[in-house]
Amino acid sequence: MINQMPSLSSMYRFQWEEAQSSYVLLYPEGMVKLSRTAGEILKRVTGKTTVKQLVSDLETEFPGSDLEPDVLNFLTEAEKNGWISF
Amino acid sequence: MAGSLSSISGKPLWLLAELTYKCPLQCPYCSNPLEISKYSNELTTGDWFRVLREARALGAMQLGLSGGEPLVRKDLEEIIAEAHRLGYYSNLITSGVGMDADRVAKFKTSGLDHIQISFQASDKELNDFLGGTSSFAHKLEMARAVKDQGYPMVLNIVLHQKNIEQLEDIIKMCVELKADFVELASTQYYGWSRLNIDYLLPTREQVTKAESIAKRYQTELEGKMKILYVVPDYYEKRPKACMNGWGSIFLTIAPDGRALPCHAAATLPDIEFPNVRDNSIESIWDDSNAFNKFRGFEWMEEPCRSCPEKEKDFGGCRCQAYMMTGNAAAADPVCDKSPHHADLQAEVALIEKTSANKNEPLIFRTMKNSKKYQTDKKLNLSQN
Repeated sequence: MINQMPSLSSMYRFQWEEAQSSYVLLYPEGMVKLSRTAGEILKRVTGKTTVKQLVSDLETEFPGSDLEPDVLNFLTEAEKNGWISF
Repeated sequence: MAGSLSSISGKPLWLLAELTYKCPLQCPYCSNPLEISKYSNELTTGDWFRVLREARALGAMQLGLSGGEPLVRKDLEEIIAEAHRLGYYSNLITSGVGMDADRVAKFKTSGLDHIQISFQASDKELNDFLGGTSSFAHKLEMARAVKDQGYPMVLNIVLHQKNIEQLEDIIKMCVELKADFVELASTQYYGWSRLNIDYLLPTREQVTKAESIAKRYQTELEGKMKILYVVPDYYEKRPKACMNGWGSIFLTIAPDGRALPCHAAATLPDIEFPNVRDNSIESIWDDSNAFNKFRGFEWMEEPCRSCPEKEKDFGGCRCQAYMMTGNAAAADPVCDKSPHHADLQAEVALIEKTSANKNEPLIFRTMKNSKKYQTDKKLNLSQN
């Protein structure tokens, strides 16, 4: 997974919602309000960034911890939900 | 007081824009009010732009463009483009009649996110009979055009006694059309469908069978096609969490500009629903009597008031409570804790027993029938 470049499924739209103070995923007649961490990860899911690069970006922005296991867990879950594909 | 209540209920997330009640179809289970013939004074494009802007500023994200048939509005493309500019996720809820491949492509460039097409049945004969117009072949063509444009494809089929036996064929049709989501929505009995309930309410046996078919395909098609099956609430013991609570997340704007907490709310008595022509969306949502009337839990009577499940179902549906008990603040009679639950069950049993012998025709949703039936006492069966 680490060298793959995940992208958002066409069914979903990802955007920042000022009124919710959070990132959300929008899809036909529904929405998911994302946690801060989930939002920061999905922001970097562009289809042009490898998972490895994504983890290193996050570790630069939020220094002090090993984020890789959390990111991999989240991406696995997101793929299962159909939000992203590799 | 309104302020504290609205902080509990939050802000509208879902805006349902009923652009018009005009429709080329005449489905006898239509969820529009019986009074469709009274709504000639439709909002202008400019009015809709302001509604979209103000609701979006409050936090609305999902926009349903509905009707009637929204394709009838010539400014639909403009409204879609404005919704897109404002950052809505916009859903076009349509019969497909009035659309062609060019218009589908134009919607895409205007920024429409999703098109939901309704089918009345899985075969031409029944589909065209229920819709009152020859539309089946065109619907198939439009479903394919929607898919070709790369939209997520959602098909909606309202289930009732006339088509529930062909559920398996309906699901197969959806698979063939490569639908992503399928909504199998059991008819809810308000307005037109209430008028036709004797002909539409499926038997308990039919419902049980349909449920098992839906479940089987949900498992079989997991990961390919998502099936949402809405159970008919007359056969339940607990009410639906109608609208996720009154004035909680849903805001409906009727074609004439009246703001409603749900699309059936206009049937409730003694509530003056504010109009967007005279009020801002914010004042409607936060301060109007209409939106605060059944918000939160203070308005509840027993058995709801002390019920441990009140935060789960909010006492059910206010329109159903009014229709069956004459009191809009009563518990929804679908709940077996309601003193009126037995009456509902008796009514359902009577319909089950007698519907096979009925030979009066279905009453189709036409402007002519609207004028004729809007004051009909049939709507308040239990109060006769």
